[in-house]
Amino acid sequence: MTSLRIFFVGGLTSYRALFNWLTPWILIPSFLIAPLFQILLFAYIGRTTHLESDRFYVIGNALQYAAVPCLFAMGNTIGGERFQHTLPLVLTTPAGRLPLFIGRSVPVIANGFVVSGFALVTGSALLGVHVPISAVAPLVLVAAVTAFSCTGLGLCNAALGLRVRETAVTSNILFGFLLVFCGVNVPLSSLPAWMSTIAEGLPLTHGIAAARQLAGGAGLGKVAGLVGAELLIGCIYVVGGYALLRLMEIESRRRGTLEIA
Amino acid sequence: MHVARLIAITWWFQLKQSTKAGIFVFTAIIEPLIFATLAYYLFKAGKQPGTLLYAALSAGLMGIWSATLFGAGGAINYQRWQGVLEPLIAAPPPYLLVLFPQTLAASTIGVYSLTSTLLWGRAVFGIPLHFVHPVAFLLAVAVTIVALGVLGLVLGSSFILYREANALSNMLEFPVWIVTGAIVPLSLLPGWVHYLSWGLAPTWGYRAIRAGALGGNPWPGIGWALALAAVYLLIGEAILRVFERRAREKATLSLV
Repeated sequence: MTSLRIFFVGGLTSYRALFNWLTPWILIPSFLIAPLFQILLFAYIGRTTHLESDRFYVIGNALQYAAVPCLFAMGNTIGGERFQHTLPLVLTTPAGRLPLFIGRSVPVIANGFVVSGFALVTGSALLGVHVPISAVAPLVLVAAVTAFSCTGLGLCNAALGLRVRETAVTSNILFGFLLVFCGVNVPLSSLPAWMSTIAEGLPLTHGIAAARQLAGGAGLGKVAGLVGAELLIGCIYVVGGYALLRLMEIESRRRGTLEIA
Repeated sequence: MHVARLIAITWWFQLKQSTKAGIFVFTAIIEPLIFATLAYYLFKAGKQPGTLLYAALSAGLMGIWSATLFGAGGAINYQRWQGVLEPLIAAPPPYLLVLFPQTLAASTIGVYSLTSTLLWGRAVFGIPLHFVHPVAFLLAVAVTIVALGVLGLVLGSSFILYREANALSNMLEFPVWIVTGAIVPLSLLPGWVHYLSWGLAPTWGYRAIRAGALGGNPWPGIGWALALAAVYLLIGEAILRVFERRAREKATLSLV
């Protein structure tokens, strides 16, 4: 019961208290407007290079933008606590670490999902991209799975936050890494083999591929493998991120660096 | 003489301080390299290898804007956080002479972006760096940096009333890349966007830099960038005066 309370109430409280994003002055520019301009930029670059259709860029960038809340928010679970001097207090409590850390990721997944959904709908409307009605429900599923897997990477980012002081920098670097490697704007077939091989093990890659096929008229059954792969990758990152968090926590305690990174 | 010394020392101090901050190193070097890599593969996959120098250059130009935006847009907020905004405004020199070198330092950081993307393109992708008008290219870069520094002054002054300047900076990064033609030709954009583009000094600066590097006449771009910089200076001075007075009256200068 206590674990459930930590998971749900603790996660929500942490989200509300730490992220400082719940003011419309930050939320609207960062989560609703910025992704639209990212979509427009790459759609226009795509038109310049005659590489892919607008739909390719709308879907790729809309799903990829979930990485902003997923990476930054999870990074802030450590960086924000440290900034407010509450990190040692949280980590000296006997609370189970699993509900403590995983609980904080649930609101983040929801946040990432909403950002992707909004960008997908408005980006499509802006550029006149048509998505079949039958693809809407499967796309919702894919967006949710992608936000989940991205949050798994966010957990790893949070763990890095126990060793690196500026989590905004690590979040930005990971965001750029995903932008280059995951086939968001450049088809995997056009990237060098080593890059597309790395992409296979990253969140987003399979989710974006599945979403593109769905928007192209494919059924959910046809992309089930891709969705399953995205889910599996997400689970691996969640487990890996949690293990890394525990390891870094133990190391930080041993070194006495919880407050200074 | 005192004014020149104040500007030079503040510029140099801010430049050194910025290069120590991780987020500026990211904005000025790592992010442009990410976009240079993306631009390279986008243009290469689009079967337009002749435009690879264009891609490397464009990523650098995007970096110059990002450096200006985050450095200049947040300049006043950084002073707030450090608790030095009130003493700086109360000091005898006009605040304009303190803020301008800071925003100029922010745009100067953009030189790192341009240099890093060109060297990255050369070293990693083997893009030949042959500049058609090397002297005009360097002059165009210098003028663009100054023009962006003055534009940064307008931005920084405007953000004095907006405490969440960083969020606004995040939002403005991509639109200005699009509108100024940093990587996308303006001819592809809707007609009404062109009017916005013409009023932005980076549009002309970028045009001059491209003409200096890839061929064409860089001088009209340099002239327009300088003229717009002069207009921005007048606007920035006026905005700063009004907003500074308002913040003093409401006693909100140091409120974060």
